[in-house]
Amino acid sequence: MSRKPYVREVSKTRWFLRQPRYMRYMMREVTCLSIGAYALVLVLGIKRLSEGRAAYEGFLQALASPGGILFHLVVLAFALYHTASWFNVTPKAMPVQIGESFVSGGVIVGAHYGAWIVISLAVLLLAGAF
Amino acid sequence: MSERRVSLEVLRYDPETDSEPRFQRYPVPYHEEWVVLDALNYIKDHLDTTLSYRWSCHMAVCGSCGMMVNGEPVLACKAFLRDYPDEIRVEPLLHFPIERDLVTVIDDFMAKLARVKPYLIPARDEPASAAERRQTPAELKRFKQYTLCINCMLCYAACPEYGLMPEFLGPAAIALAHRYNRDSRDAGRDERQEIIAANEGVWDCSFVGACSEVCPKHVDPAGALQQVKIASTVDWYKEHLMPWVKK
Repeated sequence: MSRKPYVREVSKTRWFLRQPRYMRYMMREVTCLSIGAYALVLVLGIKRLSEGRAAYEGFLQALASPGGILFHLVVLAFALYHTASWFNVTPKAMPVQIGESFVSGGVIVGAHYGAWIVISLAVLLLAGAF
Repeated sequence: MSERRVSLEVLRYDPETDSEPRFQRYPVPYHEEWVVLDALNYIKDHLDTTLSYRWSCHMAVCGSCGMMVNGEPVLACKAFLRDYPDEIRVEPLLHFPIERDLVTVIDDFMAKLARVKPYLIPARDEPASAAERRQTPAELKRFKQYTLCINCMLCYAACPEYGLMPEFLGPAAIALAHRYNRDSRDAGRDERQEIIAANEGVWDCSFVGACSEVCPKHVDPAGALQQVKIASTVDWYKEHLMPWVKK
């Protein structure tokens, strides 16, 4: 008897549509683009600042426009999703063993959120928000 | 009242007569305590003796009966009919060639498993007579979870990277390499790093995490792979920035 194994091809472009968990993974990966988009806006702001007062005020007005606010809300939502989805998998990558037991995953994730809050407050403090 | 039945739609492939697989439907009696493997055994015993599939222990230990049930890689002996609708689709494990019906060709996994040297490699200067190598409970705990792998290959069927890049060493093989790397009695890490820290090793993994979600023994291969990535990155920095520091 001869062998004739049958190979099932995997779609290179639609594989992630097969399972919700693959879609969640793609969401985690794709949402990083929003952080890049926000960085570009910041770079644009610095460019406008270098072009003088009128250019910078025009930039600020654009930020305050409905389109600008919508952009920021969408980017914020994506950035939060991206951040939370990465924080939530940190216990897998960085397990902490003390003696014979592992620190609970909740503590490791919580430490990340804690550090995030502290760093955010420090940035706001430096920016003169308080 | 007629007996409740479920319909099993099973992927069939006979390499001698078929050019491609096809589905065949079998009505199977429903029992609260039956798993998909019981339903397959019923088909084999009562409806169609030609149906081929692997199984052995019927208790989620041997790792033989991995297959796709309604699109999800599971052990057929652990997939209860009561957890599925009355239409159940059974296919061979995804990402592996089909030998016949639900039997897959697992040569690729077996070769990869051997490549990562999943066994204790003692230090060269350790005498063979040093038979007893003691370990504390804490040292055992460092790798115990990864010893639970039963080589069922569900993680390979769940891993989209393996489906797209067949050269990827894959979750179970790397998790097992990690198991020995973390063992206090082992001195073979450098040999294994050559294999698992390469491109087709951990760096083909983009942390989808599906392997850990489907693992029937809660081995968490995704965690193992990320830990290997971190350790390999630390190795790289040590080698390039601090060449005087021994790994």
